Amino acid sequence: MTDIDEVIIRAHREEWARVVATLARRLGDLDIAEEMAADAFATAVERWPVDGVPPSPGAWLTTTAHRKAIDRIRREARREEKHKEALMLSDTSQPLGAIDDDRLRLVFTCCHPALAMEVRVALTLRMVGGLTVPEIARAFLVQETAMGQRITRAKAKIKAAKIPYGVPLRADLPARITGVLAVLYLIFNEGYLASDPDKEAVRSDLTAEAIRLTRLVRALMPADGEVAGLLALMLLTEARRAARVSASGELVALDEQDHGAWDRELIAEGHALVRARLASGQAPGRYQILAAINAVHTDARDVRDTDWSQVVALYDQLVRLDPSPIVRLNRAIAVAEIDGPQVALAEVDGLPLEGYHAFHATRADLLRRLGRSDESRAAYDRAIGLAGNTAETAYLIRRRDQLARP
Amino acid sequence: MAQYLLSVLADTTDLATAEEMAAIDVFNEQLQAEGHWVFAGGLASPSTATVVDGRDGEAVFTDGPYVESKEFIIGFWIINAPDLDVALRLTAAGSKSCNRRVELRPFLGE
Repeated sequence: MTDIDEVIIRAHREEWARVVATLARRLGDLDIAEEMAADAFATAVERWPVDGVPPSPGAWLTTTAHRKAIDRIRREARREEKHKEALMLSDTSQPLGAIDDDRLRLVFTCCHPALAMEVRVALTLRMVGGLTVPEIARAFLVQETAMGQRITRAKAKIKAAKIPYGVPLRADLPARITGVLAVLYLIFNEGYLASDPDKEAVRSDLTAEAIRLTRLVRALMPADGEVAGLLALMLLTEARRAARVSASGELVALDEQDHGAWDRELIAEGHALVRARLASGQAPGRYQILAAINAVHTDARDVRDTDWSQVVALYDQLVRLDPSPIVRLNRAIAVAEIDGPQVALAEVDGLPLEGYHAFHATRADLLRRLGRSDESRAAYDRAIGLAGNTAETAYLIRRRDQLARP
Repeated sequence: MAQYLLSVLADTTDLATAEEMAAIDVFNEQLQAEGHWVFAGGLASPSTATVVDGRDGEAVFTDGPYVESKEFIIGFWIINAPDLDVALRLTAAGSKSCNRRVELRPFLGE
């Protein structure tokens, strides 16, 4: 990869959402904003190697995309009189300071309750996260063409039904926030465990983006416990990022991580948020419980010090709110530390998660601990076949190859 | 300003109760006072419908609705609203007033 490629990739990561959000506000049309943003990046790929990288890539991209949008609107205005109105709304002199709010507007529009949940997630990942349609399709185990149609239909509905481009009224905020948080958490997870084998194992751009947006939402809703919980959960997870992938690019399991490599500052911030939520005395929601579980993990000086009974108790609380198979799978992993792998395996077997790599990886580990090497190897094979993340695949292959040969 | 069709859905042709009618009147007055009102009306039972096909030569009349379904439209509002958030709030109030589910659908743009 040349230097210029890296500059363009970084610009895409850092500027995509800004370019789309700014254009969407100026033009009042999400579809054109997305298309022109993509067009501007394509122009950058052509021009920057020849002309050199502009001093402010973000401003260059926004200006280029905006100019392309104006050209297109002018072309269409010749055919359709009404587009002249859109042309008059656009204003190239918008101060750059409004950009962060534009991204938040974009988030709330993409997470509008009139859109189905899976549509909100896909749209936010595309418009705000800047993920490509194939990446999003892979993250949600659906066909690329189906995902493309889902996003196209969503944009058509936003336009036809006039879903507003803005932050909702304060009275509507609590109801609107739940969908936004789910979307932010999914973006974070996509960054934390990138699903594309051609991508870096951990995409700090996406985790950082999710954290940044969550901080923004928290600034809007400082009293919301779940916003604080989600931020704490992200911080406590992000804190372990450096320890989570080895120098050779392999995933490092929690029990093998170098605690010295954890980011103490992020952990302190995450713990403070969790303590503040506990002190509030309000019943915690899903994200607050997950944050508390991560607080227990990051509290332990050593994995042997982990208070597993506390972890299981928190998972019990979570199962009451969300009895989904994935929550029960994670609970079983903690149960193994207290009641042993046999009990945990009994809880894992029968969960309807055949297509989920972590299900097979968990079974493989439990079977290994029970000395059932052949079954463990078969489970590792299933997990390796399903895992998309490079670091995770490397880890699973090593663990499988460490099994006693038959 | 966009226009929206609010279709009232039901699986019986039972008329609105006196209580529901009173609530609908209050809602209609609110729509008029706030400038959202375009038109509204209740519909007779689907069994009273006639499907007409005048595309080719002499019109063909078919007794009954174009599609038999468990749920059907028994009334509607047409409203003006600046965006979907306002339309959703009004539709929620309309649904509450007539005590039935309501489908909100935008008219094609200007």
